[in-house]
Amino acid sequence: MAKPSKSHISLSRGDQIFTVVNYTVLGLLMLVVAYPLVFVLSASFSSANAVTSGRVWLLPVEPTLLGYQTVFKNPDIVRSFFNSIQVMVVGTFINVILTVMAAYPLARKDFYGRGFFTALLSFTMLFNGGLIPTFLLVRNLGLYNTYWAIILPGAVSVYNVVVARTYFQTNIPDELYEAADLDGCGDIGFIVRIVLPLSAPILAVLTMFYAVGHWNSYFSPMIYLTDKKLFTLQLVLRNILIANQTDSEMMKDVEAMARQEGLAELLKYALIVVASVPMLIIYPFIQKHFVKGVMIGALKG
Amino acid sequence: MSSKTIAAGTARPAPASTGKNSPLATAFKKIKRHWQLYLIFLVPLAVVLIFSYGPMYGLQIAFKDFMASKGIVGSPWVGLKHFRSFITSYQFPRLLGNTLGISIYSLLAGFPIPVLLALMINECGNAKFKKSVQMVSYAPHFISTVIMVSILLMFLSPRSGFINNVVALFGGERIDFIAKPEYFKSLYVWSGIWQNMGYSSIIYIAALAGIDPALHEAAVVDGASKLRRIWHIDIPGILPTVIIMLILDCGKLMNVGYEKVLLMQNSLNMSSSDIISTFVYRMGLEQAQYSFSTAVGLFNSVINTVLLVAVNQVARKCSETSLF
Repeated sequence: MAKPSKSHISLSRGDQIFTVVNYTVLGLLMLVVAYPLVFVLSASFSSANAVTSGRVWLLPVEPTLLGYQTVFKNPDIVRSFFNSIQVMVVGTFINVILTVMAAYPLARKDFYGRGFFTALLSFTMLFNGGLIPTFLLVRNLGLYNTYWAIILPGAVSVYNVVVARTYFQTNIPDELYEAADLDGCGDIGFIVRIVLPLSAPILAVLTMFYAVGHWNSYFSPMIYLTDKKLFTLQLVLRNILIANQTDSEMMKDVEAMARQEGLAELLKYALIVVASVPMLIIYPFIQKHFVKGVMIGALKG
Repeated sequence: MSSKTIAAGTARPAPASTGKNSPLATAFKKIKRHWQLYLIFLVPLAVVLIFSYGPMYGLQIAFKDFMASKGIVGSPWVGLKHFRSFITSYQFPRLLGNTLGISIYSLLAGFPIPVLLALMINECGNAKFKKSVQMVSYAPHFISTVIMVSILLMFLSPRSGFINNVVALFGGERIDFIAKPEYFKSLYVWSGIWQNMGYSSIIYIAALAGIDPALHEAAVVDGASKLRRIWHIDIPGILPTVIIMLILDCGKLMNVGYEKVLLMQNSLNMSSSDIISTFVYRMGLEQAQYSFSTAVGLFNSVINTVLLVAVNQVARKCSETSLF
């Protein structure tokens, strides 16, 4: 650990202590963050008895897949899983397209009225109509109890527009447009043929931001959806895990069965894992994009 | 920025030299030249106008007695009635106290930790260790609020929760943490720190990476210890970023994340967990008192906006770093 520093001055006693303390604290921190996640994962593979009697500490005890079998036998959970995927894919697609459509013109210096439009969009970050007026508007537009109520109100995130605009400004040189313009290429053609192919990193960042947001959201589905067939995974999770609602017939059966076999706790752990897995699987691949996204956003502040 | 715009305009001589001189005509000409850009921009603009500015139009029901049969425009004006009844209600001090209590607690505990974490990660010489710390500490950010709260509730469960198992192991009394108002704010704040400290530190790590290594080398030659270098080089280097983030956080003081509070709330911890935004939700969506809850929400967001602008002003005066 005590490598010679760059300038070949060996570490002083104070610096050695600092280094040891630093590594120790970070190591402990890593344990504190990781432990609950490992525990949930292990508990979900353990027997119901081991979970309820508190015998699981680190690794699965009496390994079994019973928790997962119970989860996947429940049609409400399975349906909501696919509902969530549907909302995530369609919603993210609309989000990314609209964000680019807002961000690219704002990145162009020759877009007349650019300052005005930027202010118009930015103001919504500072002040908004609030929960109830938004709810009433969505209901009046006839979007209540449809997926549009979840997708449309947040379709353009102004923060992400600012991130994308900053990216376009710094990565698409003006000369490129001037050259294309001379060759008779219109603005739309330029976006489709030049800008988008050059913008893979920012498109990845936007996709990640929006997809994670859709997958994890429960509040909009909760206030806008009433039809159980439309429920998304997070909403079903909330009803089972937190509100302990068992109003659906199927849910009743599963709950009753679960309680019979002492599975209730196990079911919860398995559910948590099933719901987090899509995010945690892609997480290592998207991590660097997220870092990039945060940094592009920070540039503009 | 503006000088560049002028330069770009004069570089293209064609539109400037021909045509009429009235500003309206030149504006029209500029728009016409890039009509495709406006066509594209129209779609997201419409979404923002409808779903962000539409509700602002709907805010007028805060000053009316909204009746669904008469619509927003047809409902009778009542002036500040709803604001008055909120501010004079017995719940008002509790709601305001809880809102500010949770957010100030979050700010005091949650703001310095990511900065410290970034400074510590930055001091890691071992690249592999550094990568794993970052990887692990960012991960909880991607867990949904519902899952986060479920894990919390399960860990705290008095019957079989991990925390209580540990307490029981050492001979302590099992406690139903989530049912006790005195624990609510700490649970909310520290679970938030657990979830977000890594992710919030990214921005500071990026700022630290931008510091000129020559400064550190010179300081090492002069015999400065690591702590001294952190104090005199790293911290001044990231201070502008820290101030911007502090402004942003202060601007959110009245804007506690109600999605999480709503999930953690129960009838037993209400005295400590009821905040303005959950009150708006309960009054508005559960009891359908649209006008009253809109007024409460408006009260909250006006204070919030004023706060953000004020903090920004102060920051601009004191440090020349500001958001806008």
